[in-house]
Order: sequence, then structure tokens, then C-alpha cells
Amino acid sequence: MNTPILELRNIRASYGSIEVLHGVNLTVGRGEVVALLGPNGAGKSTLIKVASGILRPSAGQLMIAGRDATGASANALARAGLCTIPEGRGIFPNLTVRENLLMATYSGHKLSDIEHSTYARFPRLAERRSQLAGTMSGGEQQMLSLARALATDPVILLLDELSMGLAPLIVSELYQQVAAIAAEGVSVLVVEQFARTVLGVADQAVLLAHGKVQAFGKASEIGEDVLASAYLGS
Amino acid sequence: MQELLTFTIIGLSTGAIYAVVASGLVVTYTTSGIFNLAHGATGMLAAFTYWQLRFDWDLSAPLALFITLFILCPLFGLLTERIVMRGLQGTTEVVRLSVTVALFAFMIGLANTVWPSNGSREAFLKFFEGNTIHIGGINVSWHKLITFGCAVVVAIVLRLLLFRTRMGVAMRAVVDDRSLTELNGGRPNRVAMFAWALSAMLAGLAGILLAGEQQLNIEPLVLLVINAYAAAIIGGLKSLPRTFAGAAVLGLLDAYYLQFSDNSWFPQSFMGFGLSGIRASIPTIVLFVALLVRPQSRLRAGTVRFREENKVPSWNTAVLGAVSLIVVVVGISGMLTRSNTLFLLNGFTLAIVALSLVPLTGYAGQMSLAPLTFAGLGAVAMSKLPGDGNLLTLLAAITIVAIVGAAVALPAIRLSGIYLALSTAAFAVLVTKLIFNQRQTFMSGNISVPILDIPFIDINSPRGRLILSATAFSLLGLGVIALRRSRLGRRLIALKDSPVAAATLGMNLTQTKLAAFAISAGIAACAGALAGDKVSPQQYDFTQSLPIVLLAVVGGVGTVGGALFGGLLLGGNAVLANAVPSLKNITKIMPGLTGITLGRNPSGATSQISEKFRPLLNRWGIISFSALGGVGIWALDASRIISHWAFFIGGVFWFLAVMPNLIAIIDGTSQRRWWASAIALTGLAISLGVDWDQAVDSTGKRLLSLILLVAIFGVGTQRVAENAPRIHHSSPDLLGLDVALTPDELDNVERELGVTI
Amino acid sequence: MALLEIREVMVRFGGVMAVGGVDLDVQAGETTGLIGPNGAGKTTLFNVISGMQDPTAGMVSVNGVDISHESPHRRAKRGLARTFQRLELFASLTVRDNVRVAAELASLTNIDATVNRLLEKVGVSHLADKTAGELPTGSARLVEIARALATGPQLLLLDEPASGLDESESDRLGTLLRELTEDGLGVLLVEHDMSLVMRVCDSIYVLDLGMIIAHGTPEHIQHDPQVLQAYLGAPS
Repeated sequence: MNTPILELRNIRASYGSIEVLHGVNLTVGRGEVVALLGPNGAGKSTLIKVASGILRPSAGQLMIAGRDATGASANALARAGLCTIPEGRGIFPNLTVRENLLMATYSGHKLSDIEHSTYARFPRLAERRSQLAGTMSGGEQQMLSLARALATDPVILLLDELSMGLAPLIVSELYQQVAAIAAEGVSVLVVEQFARTVLGVADQAVLLAHGKVQAFGKASEIGEDVLASAYLGS
Repeated sequence: MQELLTFTIIGLSTGAIYAVVASGLVVTYTTSGIFNLAHGATGMLAAFTYWQLRFDWDLSAPLALFITLFILCPLFGLLTERIVMRGLQGTTEVVRLSVTVALFAFMIGLANTVWPSNGSREAFLKFFEGNTIHIGGINVSWHKLITFGCAVVVAIVLRLLLFRTRMGVAMRAVVDDRSLTELNGGRPNRVAMFAWALSAMLAGLAGILLAGEQQLNIEPLVLLVINAYAAAIIGGLKSLPRTFAGAAVLGLLDAYYLQFSDNSWFPQSFMGFGLSGIRASIPTIVLFVALLVRPQSRLRAGTVRFREENKVPSWNTAVLGAVSLIVVVVGISGMLTRSNTLFLLNGFTLAIVALSLVPLTGYAGQMSLAPLTFAGLGAVAMSKLPGDGNLLTLLAAITIVAIVGAAVALPAIRLSGIYLALSTAAFAVLVTKLIFNQRQTFMSGNISVPILDIPFIDINSPRGRLILSATAFSLLGLGVIALRRSRLGRRLIALKDSPVAAATLGMNLTQTKLAAFAISAGIAACAGALAGDKVSPQQYDFTQSLPIVLLAVVGGVGTVGGALFGGLLLGGNAVLANAVPSLKNITKIMPGLTGITLGRNPSGATSQISEKFRPLLNRWGIISFSALGGVGIWALDASRIISHWAFFIGGVFWFLAVMPNLIAIIDGTSQRRWWASAIALTGLAISLGVDWDQAVDSTGKRLLSLILLVAIFGVGTQRVAENAPRIHHSSPDLLGLDVALTPDELDNVERELGVTI
Repeated sequence: MALLEIREVMVRFGGVMAVGGVDLDVQAGETTGLIGPNGAGKTTLFNVISGMQDPTAGMVSVNGVDISHESPHRRAKRGLARTFQRLELFASLTVRDNVRVAAELASLTNIDATVNRLLEKVGVSHLADKTAGELPTGSARLVEIARALATGPQLLLLDEPASGLDESESDRLGTLLRELTEDGLGVLLVEHDMSLVMRVCDSIYVLDLGMIIAHGTPEHIQHDPQVLQAYLGAPS
């Protein structure tokens, strides 16, 4: 039997008294790219926090490669090969580019290897290796955060809103890299507000609204009208 | 010119010590957000430990240094983080600061216990005592040179550590983004432990260096940290290079002042005030200035705050409480010995000082570390103002101090949290050094504060003063409750709960804060103005303020009852020490110990204790059993079967380790119940059975044994008794419907219901 | 002259342009919507209007008076009130006292009557003596609105008032907003619940990457391809 690499079973999660996820089921198969879509406030980022171990669900189970990983710490999951690029910029703004890459060595890879692979893919980062990451442009910052995913050879990649605050051209450039990662067989769960952008890359799509799964299916089958009404009301 | 060089070298060497201390403060503040007021105390403890190893036990200097700095200090830092600080994530700034105050009090108590000040202790030797080296035409002692060298080495090592090693980079990464560090696979908790260990080493190094420079005394070593605050604040509590630069400037200022003030043209007094206190105040003045030029703290939405569960008492309850307090005090005051009357009087005075924190810290959420300073100002005003202590004099004294309170707060009020607290600390130290220590203020060391002159009532006796202070506390307490129920009181709470919402609703935050500071200063002034006796400046020293702040927070700073509890506990401590001299040492570390538990339960030890014992309330069988046990232990003592020490240790063990676990033991599953009982009984047998007077030769060791006994057997009993498998935590209507049962839960349900699902 | 006028407001955080030259008007007696994808700069703009964030450039005026450099509490006196995306109730006060503090700050006469009327209006009278920190999100949001109204504002800024509300509470909010604007209040609404936005707003601004990319009636916005693009992104 082909066990899914990541499975959320009836996940509920809340911040204080506010419950944000009301029982979400979601599966990411091996080598699959799943897009998690939905309007603002739907609970997408919360779901990523649960899946990455940052937020403990109030109920439900987090299964990784068929094993129960509910309550495992985020750092343990990270060292086990779950790579998360969180919302905003997944970089340390007051560390240099090189120091940011040094932090990626917790994955068990050598700094020299990580640097080599990163600079080969993004020559611009090589020029800026001693620059503070926070002083780079938004696109370069996001390249740096993707570099961790590219260089550390993760089992699963969780991406949260790569595109936030970036110009469309840069966004599509970044998604080419995501496609490249997926092509190497890495399973990817990608949260994206820009549905059209991500649907070109994804195999499956899940539409989340009001903390519940509203629709799921093949990425190609999700219609524009469904999206438009979910995002802008009917 | 040569002289200038000499003083430059002296200054840089002093600055070097500040730099080492301050860098330790910065390391822990940036990585864990906790400003460690006990940092200097850590250095003090390290200096004493070094003395113990080097001069009492005659180890060689390198070995003693190695053991102190590279084994004991890191271990201490590690344990501090693991046991005390880790629980503080997400708590309020007031609680975080109070816990470090507790640690501070605990360490001073410990040092006083283990190294009593009356014991003969040789001078703390400098490294290479007497040896000097000739540099540029002047002689410099080896010790100064080593001190300077240490700072340089620390600077280089810190730089390499923070920028070249993964642990160091991770320390900076945690500051940037804690959860991203985790997502990278880093372990922020380990990073924090490392940072605290490193910080303790730096404190230890500075303590040892400073002790060689001065003497091995507790006070100056502990207060070292205040001088270092200035350097740390100049570095913005963030930048190490700027911290080092600030430390150098401080050291040089101090040395040059020393040089110039020796000249005949240098003024010795200004407008009648002697300037001798200036030198010692330089770091504090620099601190004050550095704080004042900080940018205003910005209003931000979405900060996490804690809700206080303090119910506002109704008028009836409040008045009833006030009247019964006075009645009880009048009643028992006839039965007390003179010394105990004085102690209780002291307790009520401290309770009034603690009460002054209720509107300020409890309601408005502003931290002050200087309540006693205002009490001292109240005492000075009462004695200096004309009227010889009539009610008008009292009112005038209160008004003046309230205005001073507001005036002092005005420049500092743009700051928030730790910066505000530090500026009150700086104010307290300045007042102590520049006003209280003036000959003009306290003639020949003390002044006499006139007894309040109330028509037709003579209170010129300790008993009269006790009743007066209890009455004053009751009236002021009523006033504070009235304040809480008033328009201003609601504003104070609003200010604490959400400054940003208050501002956008139209509240002038500055005005509201000023009002809180003025009221608080006025209440504290009462405590001093009603002293009615000779008082000395030491009574109002900054270091004496800290235990009051601590016990007010421990007791519950949001309530009048909490203030009474805190004040009396501090006063009662002295009663206990007087009544049972052998317990004197416990009373020294007790305030610290109670406060450290705040880390485990931020809402205060009182709620923690009542929480543990609350389940017992409805179980009369268990209560009677506990009481019987207590009586039994007392009977063993009374019949001389066991010693007083065994009585004490056994009693504490019974109360803290056995009683709270009784329910869990009785209700537990059969097998666990026996194991838990066995553990508890073993602990009790050891507590009662050992002949502590003979077997253990010092009070400190006995206390340590007690703590260990309670920790090992008490916690052990609890773990075994309570860790029985439990039924699902979430609400039962979710069980198995919305949420799939886990195999463990299925197991439980099946066992509980006796059926197979 | 509009009640609220925002002219060429720009906010820069270091190298990042959070708001890049925004013009926006809110008329008295109308609800104006402000929508846009995450990170578009809506909350930053709110903070600029309420005085919690100084703009790098530009001007904010209420009734023709430039308030760009006034402190938050001065702006409140000019008739500005707001709610917060993450609740900012006075958690240890009762619901009644939360509203009362605001009414007292506005120096209203007849405070008790006002407080009762507002609690009634938003429908939380039955919770008046509860501690605010114990309320569920939905009720807490309504109390925040009552508290803002207690200052007697001319302009109400609502930051995601419907998040955490159930369907019936959300309906009540819609009705409440209509009642308020009928009384002449101007409302600026940031909200993700599009059905609510489309229902109650007289006009809508769409903010994307710190710029206004569209402005018009709800029907106009719903069918603007540029808006859909801002939300759904370009096809890759």
C-alpha cells in the first residue's frame, strides 16, 4: 500500500479561544504537489503551522510517512527532513546570507555543499554572501529561503505564501524553482493565495475556507468560477 | 601627562569589568528577553566560591579558577535557565523581572548563610599581588593588566563565537525569529541554556576580578550590575561593540573624575549639598541619560497579555475587612512582647509600601523598583517640615512626595517595561547616594521622624504606633479599593490591559501614568512619614526595595490583600528569625525561594499554593488526617523523641510533599497508590529519622537536604500518583464523533466502561 | 469635502514599501470597504489613520482638518474610533466597564444610559457583567464595536470585525452597520468575508502591493478582471 507522506486527520487548531481549523483532512502523496488555496483568513497558514509542528493541534492527528507525529517538536521534524518555508520571508534578516545558510546545516548537510548548490542556482546570492539578508530585495530574500529547500534535499516541503508582497514576474520565477524541486521527487504542500499561479505546478488542489475543506480534486479540475466566488463572494 | 596616563589605565581597567558584566547581561536579554537583575549576584557568588576554593581549601589559583569559571558557573547558568527561566516565556514583564529579583534575593541569602559576614575572611587577593609592571613611565599592577586583558579576550571570543560558530549564529538567529530557527532544525531551548551558561561565566569572571580590586563583600559585588546596566543600555541591550564602548567611557569618566576632584579648584559642594556622592553616582547618571535619549516605545497592537483574575471586593467586604484588621491588631497588640510588637509594626510599614505598588504595578501595569525610596523621602519630608508631626505636616509630606513621584516619572514615562523599571532603579540609587547619604539630610547617620500628632490620642508607644500603622494600612487600603472602583481606576486597568486601545479611545496615556506614579509615591510616603522613630538611610536603600517588590508580586500585586500578605510575610520573616535563631538562615533565602516559583506559576505563589490545596477543601477526612499528622510530628518533638531540626524538616516535608499528594494517592489506581505511598513514607522517614543536629554540621547543609528531600520525594510521589492514564482531555461530546479515538484513548474508554468498543 | 481624506500616503519600512501613495475618501453616512490580498498594506493604512504609525509622506484629514501629526488620543477627540484585528479589549474589566471607560473618556453626560443603549444596540446586554477576557470571539468583537461607538465617533474604522463571528452574528453585524450609517456615521471596513463586504459597502477600494488598483461599487469590483488577477495571480 502506498502510504501518504503527509496526512492530517481531523485537525482542529485554535489560538486561545478562537478555533481556526474545524476538523481538516488532507493528504499529500509521495512525489505529489498539493496546492492549498483559499481566501485570507481561511486557516491556510495555521494548517502549515500544524503540519510543521510549530502549533500543536487541539485535536486530530498529524501523520508523517504513516507514523503519528502529533506533538513532535518543529525542530525534530525539521531534522527528520520536513522543510518549511514559513509565511513572510523565511530568512533571518539580521544574519548574513552565509550565516542563513549555516543555519540550514542542522539538516545534516555540510555548509560547503549548501553554499555550492545555492550559489550555482542563484548566482546573485553568491555576490551578496556577506550582506545582511534583511537588506536584500524581497525577491532575493525569497530565493534565499528557497535555497534551504533546494540544498537540503528534504522529504517534504511546506511552502507558505511565497508570493506575498512580490511582483508577478518574480513570483513566476520562484515557482519555476518549486517545479524543479518537485521534479526531483520531493512532495510539496504549497499554500498560495494566487491560485492561477500555483495551479500550473500542482497535481492536486484543496480549497480551504472558514477553517474547513470546501473542495478538493485534481488541480486542473478546479474551475475559475469556484475560485472567484470563494475569493470575492458570489 | 603621566598622571593622565595613569588614570586612563585605571579607567580602562574599571571599564573592562563593566564590559564583561554588561556583555553577559546583553547575551541573556537578547536570547531570552529576560533582563537578569541577579546577574551581579551571580558574579558575587562566583567570587565567594573562588575564595572558598582558593583560600579556604587551598587549591592552586588556576585550578580554582577553572572549577569556578568553567564548571560551576556554566552549570549554574544552565540550571537557572532550565529550572527557573524557561517557564517564563510569554509571561508579563513584571513577572519576568520579579523572578530575577527573587533569584537575586535567593543568592544573597545563600551567600549570607554559607559565608556569614562575621566569619573571619582574609582579604581577597589580587592576582600576582604586589607585582607591578612598568609601562610608559608608570607602574601598573598585574591585576589591572589582567583585568584589561580579560576584557579584550572576552571581546574577541564573543565575536568569534557569535559570528563563526553555529551555536553563536543560532543565538542571533533565535533573536531574529525563534520559530524559523526551529523550522531550520535548531533547538532554541538548548541555545537559551547555552546563553545562560555563557552569561553566568561572564558574571563570574567579572565578580572575581572586581573582588580582587575591592573587597570580598556582598553588597558592592551585587551592585556592580547597576553600573553595568548603563553600559548595556548604551548598547541598546543589543549591540556588543557599543556595550564595550559604553563600558570604557564609564570607566574613564570615573577615573578622570577621581583625578580632577583631587584638585583644589574642584568644588566640594554645591548650594550646600556635598558632592562626595557624585563619583559613585556616575554610572547611574549615565544610565539615566542613556535611558532618556532612547526613542519612545511605539504603540503596538496584538501584544500578548495576561488576564488577572482579581475580583474587586464589594464595599461591604472591604469595610468589614478593614475594621476587623484594626480590631484584631488592637486585640493581639496587648499580648505581644516589645520586640515582636516592633517586628509587626515593621511588617505593617512594609505592607503600606507594598500597597503603594497596587495602583501602579497591579492596576496600571507599570513596574517600579523604587517604592522604598519614596517612603524614605516621606520620612525626610515629615522630619524637615514644620509642624512637628501634626496631620497637616503629614498631608504636606505626602503631597510633596507625590509631586516628586510624578516629576521623576515624567521624563521616564515614554519608556515602557524594563526600561521604565530600570529608570526607577536609577532614580532610587541616585536619591540614596545624593540625598539620603548627605550629612544635611541624615545628621550623624539617622534622623528622627516625629510621631504623628493626633489630638486627644497618645500613640507614643510601640503598641500605639502598631495600632496607628495598622489603621493607616486599613484606611489606605480602603482608599485603593475606592480608587479601583472609580473612573481613574478603570482607566488604570485599561492602560494595563491595552495601551493601544486606550489611546485610540482618547486616553492621554502620559497623564494617566503620571497619576499612577503620583498616587503610588504618595502612599509610599505615608509609610515613611508614619515611622515615628529614628530612621537611618540604610532602611531606604535601593536593595531593600527589591524584596518588597518581589513579595508584593508573589502575594498578588493586583490586590490590597496581596500587599498585606507580602508586607507581613517580609515582616514575619524577621519575627521567625528572632523567635527561632536557628532558622535565621531560612528566613534569608525564603523570599527568594517563594519568588523563583513564579516561573512555574506566573500568577503568584499564593494562587499556586491555594490551587494545590483547594481540592482538599471538601475532603474532611484528608484534612483531619493531615492535621493529625502535623500534631503527631509536633508530639514527637515535644516528647523529645526527635530534635527540633527533625521536627522542622519533617513538618515542612509533611506539609509540602505529602499533604498535596494525598488525594492523588487515595484516588489512584491500586498499584500506583502503593508505590506513591512508599516514596512519600521513605521521604518522611528520612526527614524525621535522621538526627540532623549531629549528622549534618551546618544550617546551610540541613536546608539543602530539606530542599532535596522535598524535591526528590515530593515530586516523585506526585509523578507516580498522578501520571496514571487519564481519560480524553477534550470535551466528551467530541469524543469519537468529530475526533477519531486514538488507540490509547480506546484502551482507556474500554477499561473505564468495562466494554469493548 | 469627504469626512476622511487620505492623500498620497506612503509608508516605508526600511527598504520595503508597505503603502505606496494611497488616495482614499470616506463619506459620512456610507460604508467604504478596503479589501486586498494578504500583505497588501491594509492594517498599515489603518494604523496611519488612527495615529499608531507615522506615514513617510502624505496627509490624513478629518472634516478638512489635517491630523497627520496628531497623537492617537487627539484623533479620538476629533471623532475617530477603531477596532482591532486581534482583539484589544480591556480583558480584566467587565463588558460594561469596557464601554464605560470609553464613554467617560469622551466626557459624555448620562454615561449609564449611553452604555446600556450601546450594549443593547450591538446585542450583548446579557453579557454586561461578564469579564471581557472570558468572552468568545464573536461577542468580544461586538463589545469592541460598542466600545468604539461609546466615544461618539463620526468615523469608525473596523479591522476584520466579522472574523470569528458565526453566521447569525455576522448577519447582525451587517444590520448594525446599516443602522449606523443611517445615523450619519462614516465607516471604513477591512474584511475578508466578501459576502459581508459586498452586502454592506457603498463603495470599495482594492489595495494590492501597497497601491489602490481599483475603486468602485461592489458589482464593479466583483467583475473587475484586474481585481481577480490581484487575488488569483497570473497564470504560470
